[in-house]
Amino acid sequence: MAQETVTLKIKRGAGTGESTWEEFSVPLSPNANVISCLMEIRKNPVTKGGQSTTPVSWDSCCLEEVCGACTMVINGRARQACSTMINGPHGIAKSGETITIEPMTKFPRVRDLVVDRSKMFDALKRVKAWIQIDGSHELGAGPRVSPKDQEIMYPLSRCMTCGCCVESCPNYNDHSPFIGPFAISLVRMYNMHPSGKMHAGERLDSIMSEGGIADCGKAQNCVKVCPKAIPLTESIAVMGRETLKRALFGWLLK
Amino acid sequence: MAAKVSVKSKNGKVRRAIVVGGGLAGLMTVIKLCEAGIPVDLISLVPVKRSHSVCAQGGINASVNLKGEGDSPQIHMEETCLGGDFLANQPPVKSMADAAPGIVFMLDRMGVPFNRTPEGNLDFRRFGGTLFHRTAFSGATTGQQLLYALDEQVRRYETVDVTDDKGVTIPGEKMVRKFEFWDVCDLVIDDDGIVRGVVAQDLKTSEIRSFVGDAVCLATGGVGMVYGRSTNSVINTGSAAAVAYRRGAYYANGEFIQVHPTAIPGADKLRLISESVRGEGGRVWVPRDQNDKRKGKDIPEKERYYFLEERYPAYKNLVPRDIASREIFKTVVHEGYHTRPGVRAAFLDVTHLAKTPAAKHALRNKLEGVLEIYEKFAGEDPYENPMEIFPAVHYSMGGLWVGFEKNDRGGMKMGSPANAQTNLPGLFATGEADYEYHGANRLGANSLLSCIWGGMITGPAMASWRESVKGSAFDMDEGVFEKSAKRAREEFETYFKRTGSEFNENPFKIHDELAEEMLVKVTVERKNNELDGVIAKIGELNERFDKCAVLDTTPTGKMNQPAVFLRHLRGMLDLAEVIVRGARARDENRGAHYKPIFDPERQEAKDYTGEGAGKGRDDENWQKTTKAQYVGPKSAPKLSYEAVDVSLVKPRARVYKQASMDAAKGSLGASKEEPKGDVKAEAKPATT
Ligand SMILES: Cc1cc2nc3c(=O)[nH]c(=O)nc-3n(C[C@H](O)[C@H](O)[C@H](O)COP(=O)(O)OP(=O)(O)OC[C@H]3O[C@@H](n4cnc5c(N)ncnc54)[C@H](O)[C@@H]3O)c2cc1C
Ligand code: SF4
Ligand code: SF4
Ligand code: FES
Repeated sequence: MAQETVTLKIKRGAGTGESTWEEFSVPLSPNANVISCLMEIRKNPVTKGGQSTTPVSWDSCCLEEVCGACTMVINGRARQACSTMINGPHGIAKSGETITIEPMTKFPRVRDLVVDRSKMFDALKRVKAWIQIDGSHELGAGPRVSPKDQEIMYPLSRCMTCGCCVESCPNYNDHSPFIGPFAISLVRMYNMHPSGKMHAGERLDSIMSEGGIADCGKAQNCVKVCPKAIPLTESIAVMGRETLKRALFGWLLK
Repeated sequence: MAAKVSVKSKNGKVRRAIVVGGGLAGLMTVIKLCEAGIPVDLISLVPVKRSHSVCAQGGINASVNLKGEGDSPQIHMEETCLGGDFLANQPPVKSMADAAPGIVFMLDRMGVPFNRTPEGNLDFRRFGGTLFHRTAFSGATTGQQLLYALDEQVRRYETVDVTDDKGVTIPGEKMVRKFEFWDVCDLVIDDDGIVRGVVAQDLKTSEIRSFVGDAVCLATGGVGMVYGRSTNSVINTGSAAAVAYRRGAYYANGEFIQVHPTAIPGADKLRLISESVRGEGGRVWVPRDQNDKRKGKDIPEKERYYFLEERYPAYKNLVPRDIASREIFKTVVHEGYHTRPGVRAAFLDVTHLAKTPAAKHALRNKLEGVLEIYEKFAGEDPYENPMEIFPAVHYSMGGLWVGFEKNDRGGMKMGSPANAQTNLPGLFATGEADYEYHGANRLGANSLLSCIWGGMITGPAMASWRESVKGSAFDMDEGVFEKSAKRAREEFETYFKRTGSEFNENPFKIHDELAEEMLVKVTVERKNNELDGVIAKIGELNERFDKCAVLDTTPTGKMNQPAVFLRHLRGMLDLAEVIVRGARARDENRGAHYKPIFDPERQEAKDYTGEGAGKGRDDENWQKTTKAQYVGPKSAPKLSYEAVDVSLVKPRARVYKQASMDAAKGSLGASKEEPKGDVKAEAKPATT
């Protein structure tokens, strides 16, 4: 029986330089995913046409969809390469088919499939995505939290800054200062926490200025692509109400 | 506690410390340094929020005793020493166990969404090697949540200005500067042998430069990639530890590599199925009939062989990892059981816990992250079908050798510069990169704890060191730093000369060959003749390394992953040699290190005619730490040994077959009465 293969069609290039497409034929193994295919390519960096080339550069770390590093645009959709299975029940290609792989478009390209997502981390600074603790020394038990609240906060805390949501968001791009839905959702989480609440106002202010929540056009693309099923639009709605309250009555509450 | 010395050096530069690695251990070190008023350069291969620590699923241990079981830090300490088969120095273990409840409270204050009881208290689950509910958890992604909490605190320090001794802001200086996508590839060491900084490469541009630091910490994690496929992240090549080793740091207990009993076999990675699955009641079994071709769910109860439960009636599925791995390995590989013919795996079953919708919801709440991984990567529903699992390389108990100073209560003296310091003055190591707390085998959920505790003692130790060190690195002649950077640049450039036809080896394939050899011969069962074979193979791979092509000579200088990989591969070959040589030399069975000839129950022991057949653990000769020292390229490391401090818990046989919880508690409590001081180790064979 002939070896079953799939073709990976990969967009390559560095920085703002030109892009080229290269195709590679990769043997199908059980439980293969996009990363395991890229690993095969670097062991034998030869294109489908028989040309020697350089191994493809890509970003990855955990290989179990928890670090967020390996996001790329696969067959037109931003997702984690490590959990994009080639075959099996969730597989994206059958023997002989072609898979198209590109870097995300909303961030500066470094090389091939690697992009620089620093601006997502900068957004976390801007919205003060942390609890203001007095110090790491012993101060006894933390505040009590009801299991009900924990069940809301835990899913929000699983955001891995992967970038799928902003890649799909029509309002997030090079020329707009919009911070993105993930950051708004984290404000919701910190503002729920019993001691995080004490600084809720500062975080609300940070999303009420330029590039904040008002830049969201409610297109709802983000929530559909989040790999962690984070209720982004629900968070945006909750924060919308909170910011509105603050805009109207903030001077009273303070 | 503010630093007593000035924040500025004599010539007016801000005196920073360097922390390499932004996993839990590195981040906690940074927080402690900042709290002591010391600005930090934080260098990491990946954005710190993507560090390997995010992978931890199960939880973090602390004897908070919120379940009224009578748990205490003392018992935690004793169980950790026992679990580690008495190879860990006990004072650090004591201090860690004592600090654990405070650590979990701190994390809670930082906003980690830990699971809760109905009353709003922290919830705890059971993990291996204990009978107590001691593990705090946040769903099934505890490591991710803990890392994010520390990452957020460090991000806050990125926005905090450095102030001078009068409290005036120093323009442009923040408490934390992050250098992400930077690979540390050498140390800067002055003529007195003091570590004064590091050399690192910006992976995005390939630029190589040095960093100046008044104390340097490596918190660079584990070495799983030496085995190719493991439960580790792909960046865990141990590259920074290998750099320190090459420059003279001792690498301790390398031979102790933890193999986790339950992972999903995979082409690129062996994905972990957390011990918490067994903690919540998951059961391990194989069909009694080796020809059974039915699906796991269709095999009736009485035709299932729950081998861990039968062999260990007290701890059942929650025996420590080394034991569970060995039993699964033995049952599947030697006794010929499997999940279905032709597949090397056992079942891990939670289907009985999801019989009703309510039960399923509760299970999902606690284990969603883990079961989701199985569903995603194996393509089967674990709530319906038992999961197929097999052991996989998981954690390195060994690591860079570090010291500690004892206090008069038998623990560690906080703030001593000896703590966490390697044998290279000024170089500290912490987290999975060190060897301190877990002896010959780590108990589940103790690593997140040791990483955070490690940071808590390393920060103050570095602060003390910085106060006492002779002259600041920031006042030194820049030539020393430039020389180190130049050497690293030159080495990197030699890679680009590897282009002729004589360079016909692919470094990724060399790595595959190394991994295959290590996986088969240096994991669960070790045989001396095979280890000799591995040593020969590493020698061969070292020669072939010199013929590796660079694969990518693109002059753009942007993110040249194959060239960087050459450097990491060289480090992995060095560390592999340390692991194998340590294993070859250690003729006994202890924790994760196991040779069948020393197991009285194995035929190999009966056939063995050499000395000590079937002797098990050999405290008289081997209750000591292995220290490997680099001698030169392509030479065997020099091994030396150091006695273990067992002043708190008297070594005894490691038995997990007791019939009841009281028995286990009683036997542990008994050691409290032991006299403190130098207890002479008893040479008792391990029976399991
Ligand atoms: C799948 C899995 C599940 C686990 N579950 C648990 C659990 O439930 N409970 C538990 O207690 N333990 C668990 N562990 C173990 C635990 O997660 C790790 O031991 C721990 O997270 C290690 O943390 P660390 O801070 O030492 O290093 P890491 O988190 O590995 O971080 C290392 C850092 O060093 C940096 N680095 C490395 N090399 C270089 C270099 N050359 N230059 C610059 N930077 C470098 C990296 O970028 C990274 O930031 C688990 C491990 C795995 C693999
Ligand atoms: S709702 Fe639409 S506009 Fe708003 S963040 Fe999501 S994708 Fe962007
Ligand atoms: S919200 Fe979801 S899609 Fe967006 S960065 Fe976080 S995990 Fe990724
Ligand atoms: S490598 Fe971590 S999400 Fe894919």
